[in-house]
Amino acid sequence: MKARLWPIILIAAGFILSFAIPYFGLLDLYVQMILIYICINIILALSLNLINGYMGEFSVGHAGFMSAGAYISAIITVKCLSSASAAWLFPFAVIAGGVGAALLGLIVAIPSFRTRGDYLAIVTLAFNMIIKSVLENIDAVGGARGFLGMDKLTTLPVAFFWTLITIWVIRNFIYSNYGRGVLSIREDEIASDLMSVNTKQVKLLAFVISSFFAGVAGGLFAHLLQFINPRMFDIIKSTDILIMVYLGGIGSIAGSILGATVYTLLLEILRPLEIWRMVIMPLILIFLMLFRPRGIMGLKELTWFVPVLDRINSNRGVKGIRKWFS
Amino acid sequence: MVLLKAENITHYFGGLCAVSEFNLELREHELIGIIGPNGAGKTTVFNIMTGVYKATSGSIMFNGQETVGKSPNSITALGIARTFQNIRLFSDLSVLDNIRIAHYSGTKYTPIEALLHAGRYRAEEKRIRAHSMELLSFFSMEEFADELAKNLPYGMQRRLEIVRALATRPKLLLLDEPAAGMNPKEIDRLMEFIHWVRNEFKLTIIVIEHQMRFVMSICERLVVLDFGTTIAEGNPAEIQNNAKVLEAYLGTPAVNDYGK
Amino acid sequence: MTYFLQQGLNALQLGSIYALIALGYTMVYGILSMINFAHGDFFMVGAFICFVVVTFMGLPFVPAMILSIIGVSLLGVIVERAAYKPLRQAPRVSAIITALGVGIFLENFTLALSPYPKHIPAIIENTSWTFGGLTISSLQVIIILLSLALMTVLHFIVQHTRVGMAMRAISWDKNVVPLMGVPVNNVISITFAIGSGLGGAAGMMYGMAYPIIDPYMGIIVGWKAFIAAVVGGIGNIRGAVIGGYILGATEIMVAAFFPSTYRDFTAFSLLLILLIVRPYGIMGKPRPQKV
Repeated sequence: MKARLWPIILIAAGFILSFAIPYFGLLDLYVQMILIYICINIILALSLNLINGYMGEFSVGHAGFMSAGAYISAIITVKCLSSASAAWLFPFAVIAGGVGAALLGLIVAIPSFRTRGDYLAIVTLAFNMIIKSVLENIDAVGGARGFLGMDKLTTLPVAFFWTLITIWVIRNFIYSNYGRGVLSIREDEIASDLMSVNTKQVKLLAFVISSFFAGVAGGLFAHLLQFINPRMFDIIKSTDILIMVYLGGIGSIAGSILGATVYTLLLEILRPLEIWRMVIMPLILIFLMLFRPRGIMGLKELTWFVPVLDRINSNRGVKGIRKWFS
Repeated sequence: MVLLKAENITHYFGGLCAVSEFNLELREHELIGIIGPNGAGKTTVFNIMTGVYKATSGSIMFNGQETVGKSPNSITALGIARTFQNIRLFSDLSVLDNIRIAHYSGTKYTPIEALLHAGRYRAEEKRIRAHSMELLSFFSMEEFADELAKNLPYGMQRRLEIVRALATRPKLLLLDEPAAGMNPKEIDRLMEFIHWVRNEFKLTIIVIEHQMRFVMSICERLVVLDFGTTIAEGNPAEIQNNAKVLEAYLGTPAVNDYGK
Repeated sequence: MTYFLQQGLNALQLGSIYALIALGYTMVYGILSMINFAHGDFFMVGAFICFVVVTFMGLPFVPAMILSIIGVSLLGVIVERAAYKPLRQAPRVSAIITALGVGIFLENFTLALSPYPKHIPAIIENTSWTFGGLTISSLQVIIILLSLALMTVLHFIVQHTRVGMAMRAISWDKNVVPLMGVPVNNVISITFAIGSGLGGAAGMMYGMAYPIIDPYMGIIVGWKAFIAAVVGGIGNIRGAVIGGYILGATEIMVAAFFPSTYRDFTAFSLLLILLIVRPYGIMGKPRPQKV
């Protein structure tokens, strides 16, 4: 029973803190912003983990989905809603951004029916570059100059709330027969198809869910920075997300949370180094990969993230990964 | 009653004719064997039946439905399950998950219910889990439910493949060289096992096997393939004395050399 | 028509550079099944070495070229030994992430050395010839011919030397070849040296053709060359060359006939369509599924 209680206490405490910190000004604004960044990065890492970790594909265009969510939600709050109503309807704007990104995910999922591995990686990469290029050519959203005018609607409680939703939904998915279908595709796609898994349906679901949450993260990101431009969502951003996923450990919710947190914090801690920060940071990453090639969590899952119904099955998951990973 | 009827199945790999004019009529509860030298097209026939390959021409009626052109998963959902020549378990997943995945087509909750763990999710998950555990205990493997499939010993992995195939609730089971890598004693047990499975689950079974002793004693009927064509069909005694078969497959007249 | 030919010449020039970089990706992939995501930054280092030796040492073209190639080859071998080799038994993706890390390191280390962008002084006397309205510069001739020469040398090494035979053998079967007494580690190092060296040569030529260099120039060029390698059929040397020229031609032609802002969009869409039509690239063959 204890195992069941702890997460609830933690979630409640987290919520109270997320309200109390900005209300009483417990932490300065800069630290609050870092916390929000951590939340956004957790959402990004988790959603990419679904494709790269659980399904075993190698998507390198995650920032493309993020940009769709960012632009759609920003257009809604700036152009369609008044400032007052935007504050109330912000969740719906974020959802709309997620849905828009999910539709793009649907399109990217279709090539995944036929191609795998490096070729699918290229499809996602090209998708990322194409969407950036498209955004640069739409003058209505500012083209290459970018888009601004959003209110700062992404507060700490909002970010915390969406992070929890993401963790919960992705966990639910993984621990359902559809999610097991995702795992079986990673293990052996042909055998999975022959064991009655509708691989097309599973791939569609995985891509749609993953891109939905990338879009959500994009929406939160846009209303945190209050300014977006296409260059923020290029390949460099995508590789950032990749690093968080593999740093934490693939196929593990705890891994993605850790990876995103450690990566974001490290970048902030190293900030006093100024220009040498981005020299030291990759070195740390390289050493981490050399000493823990499977990421911090090393493919293990924290029991908290396993539904009680599945817990007896202690060995579930994800030791050692083949094919793309061997 | 005829369960499966394959008519004029022909399959080409590029210019190479792997299977030509394959015909088969399979009655319910039959146990038949497909034999033939290496490269004769036996596994290709399985791949066509299960939808891995789409036959270049011909038709397969299974239980009143045409299967040529259907995807592997929908054919499995109709009731054809198989095992593989080389074990293809989901090796990094637990034994229980291997079985649960095979319940995919029978999962009666929608993706939305899965995402929210709401509605029918809980009851269905419990049912699938219970059914999986029941199957495992039927084959006395329940104690390994949490073990990763790759950690099982070889014989157990072979057995798990059959259990996983059964979890899809098939009417027709295709076994691709189930006796590969087994010693004579294990083969004896495997023969009993297959008979037992067929009666318990009311199955029709097709076996591909090289072990002569195995197919001769277990199968009611044999189909002999060579270079993609059916060169003989009949009960084991007929096949044993068929001149064509001796020439193409057994090579020498030493038919009684069961020990192979 | 002249305009078209002129653009064709530009396409050959850009395509040669892409092809040289794509060769580096493809060689490493062929032998290790690993995408060396730092390769684009090797290319940048090539341009950077050229800048240093030309500006501070005043070297002429040929020594600058040789130093660029040798410098980047060494870098490639060191990176392989230090960062990739320990991960050869680890999941493939670990090495890819490490490669990303190496790339970021190289970019920012170069950035930290001094402010950018830099301008590479011209070291080749820029003469140009005109044939009936078609202008050819000496630089273009050098880039195109030199690239073709390097590709020919590579072809010779791969097809007609012992090392080349070992490379082809390893890319065919990674498990058996070591058992045959082939010194796999040395072959891999040589592969990295050659692949990186080609990237360095490409970087230098790029720096001369488009003389503004900055530490991030390798990212987009590198990713594009990677796409070229995949379009040609990754792991296939002839494919990489073809892919490089296709990419160069597409980019130049799109920019010539459409507004330049549509260049990336159109080029990538075309490549995507090509990949959908031929999912394993132009020269690649699908591996038969064994069931």
